[in-house]
Amino acid sequence: MSMNLFRLFSRPRSAPAARERLQVLLAHERAATGGDADLLGKLRDEILRAISKHMQIDDDKVSVRMERGAQVSTLAVDIEVPFDAGKKAA
Amino acid sequence: MGKVIVVTSGKGGVGKTTSSAALGAALAQGGDKVVVVDFDVGLRNLDLVMGAERRVVYDLVNVIQGEAKLTQALIRDKRVETLYLLPASQTRDKDNLTTEGVAAVIGALKANFDWVICDSPAGIERGATLAMRHADVAIVVTNPEVSSVRDSDRIIGLLDSKTLKAENGERMEKHLLLTRYDPLRAERGDMLKVDDVLEILSIPLLGIIPESMDVLRASNIGSPVTLADQGSAPAIAYFDAVRRLKGEQLPVTVPGEKRGFFGKFFGRKAA
Repeated sequence: MSMNLFRLFSRPRSAPAARERLQVLLAHERAATGGDADLLGKLRDEILRAISKHMQIDDDKVSVRMERGAQVSTLAVDIEVPFDAGKKAA
Repeated sequence: MGKVIVVTSGKGGVGKTTSSAALGAALAQGGDKVVVVDFDVGLRNLDLVMGAERRVVYDLVNVIQGEAKLTQALIRDKRVETLYLLPASQTRDKDNLTTEGVAAVIGALKANFDWVICDSPAGIERGATLAMRHADVAIVVTNPEVSSVRDSDRIIGLLDSKTLKAENGERMEKHLLLTRYDPLRAERGDMLKVDDVLEILSIPLLGIIPESMDVLRASNIGSPVTLADQGSAPAIAYFDAVRRLKGEQLPVTVPGEKRGFFGKFFGRKAA
């Protein structure tokens, strides 16, 4: 019982986490719907388009990860480039 | 081949998304490979409840429209490695969900996962009927409250008529998940009794999830309650529900029953 009591009073408040998560998420969503299109999404699409000009992209060999942050966001495009990729391009 | 489960209710705000996340996580915590699919196109929230909202790259509509591969749209949970999320689109219209597209996605997921959990939107429109269409099992989430029970009855009717199983003349397996159950209000006689709801809806009971601060806390921090606090009363209730879902015969306990005021606060320890 004392363990539970301890747990009850020692847990950090969760509302600040909720507030912070919502602020970051909504800032990104408002930017995306307010005409000022999602920059990260735009970058993602253009990078993939640029790559497809030089090699045929095998969708299973491409992994795209994004992480939207309060100050900075990250975009990671991971592509397996086969040795003879250049020759396959149209 | 995996099993497809739809988590549905008709009424909004009864706990579909919370339950989808908690049941999905509980199954994955047991080692099964699980994907939870958000069908609420335009109003997605499963990503937020599961704490993956900053990592959405592609969504269900992108996959259906051929703009991304399924593997690229799946988001792997950072805590449980066999748990995945397929988010809904936030900006597209739900008309982008085609019957054929959804069939193809569910088919591919079934081949790669043990469990495909479809988190249905509220209502009885396209999103809800598509979410239930390919289900093998339905979990009807209901609050012990008149409008929720009425809407659940309506949804049960749809499950028995508008799904592939129903169209093929098969019986849809349906389970009732009673959520936001408040033992104090039940004791005062101001809440529909478990037996009342069961008698009215006449489908078997999968579990009773108590109304709890732990559920709110879990949503706040973006973690299914079975991960956020494994020993909490709602988490234990979800773990038990999952055992029943897997066929175990386990008596359903009513939260707070035969326990006094202090018992409510100092609940039993996790098994």
